[in-house]
Amino acid sequence: MKESAQYKVFKVFNVIILLLIVYVTLYPFVNIVAQSFSSEANINAGNVTLLPKGFNVETYEVVMSDSMFWINYKNTVLYTVVGTIISLVLSTMIAYPLSKKRLKGRRFWTMFAVFTMFFSGGLIPNYVLIQKLGFGNTIWAIVIPTAISVFNMLIMKTFFENIPEELEEAAIVDGSSTYNTLIKIVLPLSKPILATMMLFYAVTHWNSWFPAFLYFSDKELFPVSIYLRNLIKGAEGTLSSGATSADNLTQISSNIKSVTMVLTVLPILCIYPYIQKYFVSGVMLGSVKG
Amino acid sequence: MQELAKNTTHTKSKTQLSTMDARWKGTMKTIKKDWQLYSLLLLPVIYLVIFKYGPMFGNIIAFRRFIPGGSIVGEEWVGLYYFKMFLADPTFYHVLQNTLILAFLLLIITFPAPIIFALLLNEVKRKGFKRFVQTTSYLPHFFSIVVVAGMVLELVAVNGTINNIVEFFTGERYSFIQMPEWFRTIFISSDLWQGLGWGAILYLAALTGINNELYEAAWIDGANRWQQTIHVTIPGILPTIVVLLILNIGNFLQVGFEKILLLYNPLNYETADVIATYVYRIGIESASFSYGTAIGLFEAIIGLTLVFGANFISRKITDNSLW
Repeated sequence: MKESAQYKVFKVFNVIILLLIVYVTLYPFVNIVAQSFSSEANINAGNVTLLPKGFNVETYEVVMSDSMFWINYKNTVLYTVVGTIISLVLSTMIAYPLSKKRLKGRRFWTMFAVFTMFFSGGLIPNYVLIQKLGFGNTIWAIVIPTAISVFNMLIMKTFFENIPEELEEAAIVDGSSTYNTLIKIVLPLSKPILATMMLFYAVTHWNSWFPAFLYFSDKELFPVSIYLRNLIKGAEGTLSSGATSADNLTQISSNIKSVTMVLTVLPILCIYPYIQKYFVSGVMLGSVKG
Repeated sequence: MQELAKNTTHTKSKTQLSTMDARWKGTMKTIKKDWQLYSLLLLPVIYLVIFKYGPMFGNIIAFRRFIPGGSIVGEEWVGLYYFKMFLADPTFYHVLQNTLILAFLLLIITFPAPIIFALLLNEVKRKGFKRFVQTTSYLPHFFSIVVVAGMVLELVAVNGTINNIVEFFTGERYSFIQMPEWFRTIFISSDLWQGLGWGAILYLAALTGINNELYEAAWIDGANRWQQTIHVTIPGILPTIVVLLILNIGNFLQVGFEKILLLYNPLNYETADVIATYVYRIGIESASFSYGTAIGLFEAIIGLTLVFGANFISRKITDNSLW
């Protein structure tokens, strides 16, 4: 197809617009990284944009020498690992049976799960339930209530449905139990979807802050997201007392906040190549089902 | 247990030789054959009953007086007392109005933006550049909402980048996060920033599915690229747009409550306070569980009505629907 002159002009503008979008997308993060290595005086003066000014690593030393930061960071790792394992096991346990077309009641149980996507109990009934169960200040408040994501379950179900029936039938003829077939035949064939699900759940757990904010009062149990949240909200308190008068205080926390943000995001960035590959294919798979 | 019960029924009816018997045999046979599959469902179903349906049932405290530490279903019936209470509460109308304004802005700005972004990307023929833009645009989606809030507060801070630009033009610096008139702009911009690339994924997938022959036919008919976009591309992704629009309308009132909780402060409550944050303050901070639940239930029912309504209308008009 031949291109008109107008279309050629449009294409140039298009590239400029897209580059601008890339710039704006990356800017806030690059700015935070730059701030984390900059001196207080330079952030104070509003000099820090894309590159560190007055380069130093002292702020990193300050944050990393805070024992509470590490306690909270380790908590996040623990909650992510435990939460992801529980989520993966439970999601498989519901997605696999519901993927079997011959299963009686399959439609009912699928709808039973899907309904919860459109109508949820709401903040306060959830809060009351978790308190009544005695989950307050325990890991269970974080890893149990969000264990199954129905959206993820539907993606898994679609994947299982596409595994050729013959492979399982051969095993069943040989006298293999359902459990055995699932573990020995189905799961090894499902490595891509298990990897996708693992990343879906792990990222959700790593980024989660609200359940801990609601149910935890013990600082030693906080995930690092709450540590960061308290820094942000604390600094805001300083700000409200008059923006310019308390400049010094806000600046110190600006440094520390930036460092904490960078350290919190770091693991996500490290696995980002995998995340973006698996997430995209996972979302596509989910969209097949609508 | 259920299997056992059906077993005994079965032995009893054995002598009767009815069609019922044959049906029972069938049911029993499938259950016997698939009991291992059902046993896998057991734990997840218990989970759904307790943690998803439990709180739904827990909404009953909106109709009963609930005392913290008291019975989970409340103490006594009060009927619509708490509903009448919020209907007479001026703050409720204020937060309802804020919620509707934010929801409306999100719908008209952050819903179409990824579609436009996907259309722009679709015009890029160089695979490497397209991939680079796409991969970069997903990144903010994976940041924790706490980190996003932190970045937003840094950007709009008095010494932040936004103020550098503002100072260049006006010579002054502002504390935007304390100014109610700026909250909506900050909130919508950050939503746009975080969701633009991610929101485009499904549209991009739909775009690759459009048959190339359609473009060629349009070309032969003399349609330029813009006319092709209007007559081929947009109709091609319309089903995706409709489905996502229905889902969006279903979540209409859920205006990113967690981010508001992180970004708002008493100085910008005037525009930032929404139903969900009000429920949080009423219910959790002031421990008025029943009152908070009543407002929350009102919001959930509106959400459910909206998703069913949008689905119904869309099925009538465009033949596209969720179910």
